[in-house]
Amino acid sequence: MTRPSARLRRLPATIALSVLLLAAVAVCAVAGGLIAPHALDQDIYTGTVGAGVDGHLLGTDKLGRDILQLSLAGARSALAGPLLVAAGSMLVGVLLGTVAGYRGGLLDQLVGRYADLVLALPAVLLAIVVAGLLGGGYWITVAVLVVLFSPSDVRLVRAAVIEQASRPYIESARVLGVRPARIMFRHLTPNIVPVVVANLLLNVAFALVALSSLSYLGLGVPPGAPDWGRQLADGRELLGDNPLAAIVPGLLIIATATAVNLLGDGVSEALDRKVAAR
Amino acid sequence: MNRGILAFAARRLGMTLVLLLVLSLLVYGLMFLAPGDVARNLLGTKNVTPEALAQIRAQYDLDEPFLVQYWHWAGHALAGDFGTSIRTGGPVGRMLLDRVGITAAISGLAFALAVLAGVPAGVAAALRRGRWADRLLVGGSVVGVSAPGFAVSLILLYVFAVGLGWFPIYGTGEGFLDGLWHLVLPSVALALGLGAFVVKLTRAAVVRELDQDYVTFARSRGLGRGTVLRIVLRNAAIPIVTSLGLMVGYLFGGTVLIEVTFALPGLGALLEDAVLFKDFPVVQALTVLVASVVSVTALLVDLAYLAIDPRVRNRTVRS
Repeated sequence: MTRPSARLRRLPATIALSVLLLAAVAVCAVAGGLIAPHALDQDIYTGTVGAGVDGHLLGTDKLGRDILQLSLAGARSALAGPLLVAAGSMLVGVLLGTVAGYRGGLLDQLVGRYADLVLALPAVLLAIVVAGLLGGGYWITVAVLVVLFSPSDVRLVRAAVIEQASRPYIESARVLGVRPARIMFRHLTPNIVPVVVANLLLNVAFALVALSSLSYLGLGVPPGAPDWGRQLADGRELLGDNPLAAIVPGLLIIATATAVNLLGDGVSEALDRKVAAR
Repeated sequence: MNRGILAFAARRLGMTLVLLLVLSLLVYGLMFLAPGDVARNLLGTKNVTPEALAQIRAQYDLDEPFLVQYWHWAGHALAGDFGTSIRTGGPVGRMLLDRVGITAAISGLAFALAVLAGVPAGVAAALRRGRWADRLLVGGSVVGVSAPGFAVSLILLYVFAVGLGWFPIYGTGEGFLDGLWHLVLPSVALALGLGAFVVKLTRAAVVRELDQDYVTFARSRGLGRGTVLRIVLRNAAIPIVTSLGLMVGYLFGGTVLIEVTFALPGLGALLEDAVLFKDFPVVQALTVLVASVVSVTALLVDLAYLAIDPRVRNRTVRS
């Protein structure tokens, strides 16, 4: 056991940077109105201007909105949706995966076939088709992604549960006559938390990419809402007039997704080391 | 032994067919879940008159039970007739044929780029595990996996097309060479995410083999580095090839966004148009087509696995 300070010093720079970036994004997402109060103000007389003109540090988009403020305000939909998708699909994953893995039988079969079906098509493609035909909208899109993401979580949890179920502590609980529901969600679940957390983070990154892809195609957030994917779609026409209108939100998506992925990789590595040390 | 393999292949083929059947049923059913009246949706922007609606209902068998409608549609689709597009009025099959070339070209180029760059980079990283070159490659692959294709596309467009002027911005160009020139940036944008994935995958596969006891043994017996590496690579190749086969679906998901960004008239751009316009026959045809390609590739990969690796063959036959 190392002291906390020693542990902190050994924290890789990439992880520390990721945490800092995500903390900044989270602050913007929660306190967006305070940090970027003029995000949606349209300066029609100015129109599209480049960086530094009229006090617009990063210029404006085609409606004359300030790119810096708009990008800061976009942090909310970049964080809220992906977190919801990841949490929702993991909840489904833990509930169905635990029961399917522990009980087996018909439910296990059904869940397996469902996963085969959904995983036969790339999630982004299915999301485009389903969200598009149902009429789009941010929350419909989030719900569609939960349905499409959950099968891989179910598989993951199921595998972890099967691995745990053969261990002595579960055997003894069963011998002592503990009810199956209690064994599953009081004894098993805490022991698969590490796998769940690592995968949750990877899902957040994937959901961010998927949701901003859908917004980019005009299927996610409504027109005019602050969203990085949407900004990229609008900025596509402005590469000549103000390239930052597309470059800034593009880099923000890449940086945020990378930070979440690095954090996820870091967590699973730390867990592997812990398991190996046991 | 051979009978076991045949039985496995038959079972696997049967599973693929059932999967496609259920999937096509769901895709077909999606038309009825969409908001609005089905006949009106199918009419598109044409004038809504009772006669026109009646004609549409007859043309799409809308008064029949759902399964009968599906049966008619699936029968025609199997014969290569996917109906007519609501938006253009032309046959859907023709539209797909006209556009498949561009998508195949971008995907093919991207796949080749990703494999040619990704596999050597992954092997190099695995051999230099923990050193700076490895860390750089691993870090780069995390960024590559995280970066959505359309964001990369716009940055590439800005740097190489708008800024440096080396490449054209939009469109397909004229003639073969110019056409190829127009496809370079889209292919690179698509290849980046894929290549990063290939690096991760290759590195993991090679590292796993390097940790095996047979490597330690071979080294301790004094086998040369080249000889050991050859054995390691041959064993690592199996999981790598398998995963490459499974990337076909990923490629198509990516081309939708790339084609939209670069204004290329391929299948992906067609899908976006069709979805936004609620052009149901086109969406149904495209989705079923992609699902078929993905699941047939997965089937072929499984069978190839069986043909290449005797260990897998034995396990399959025994179980």
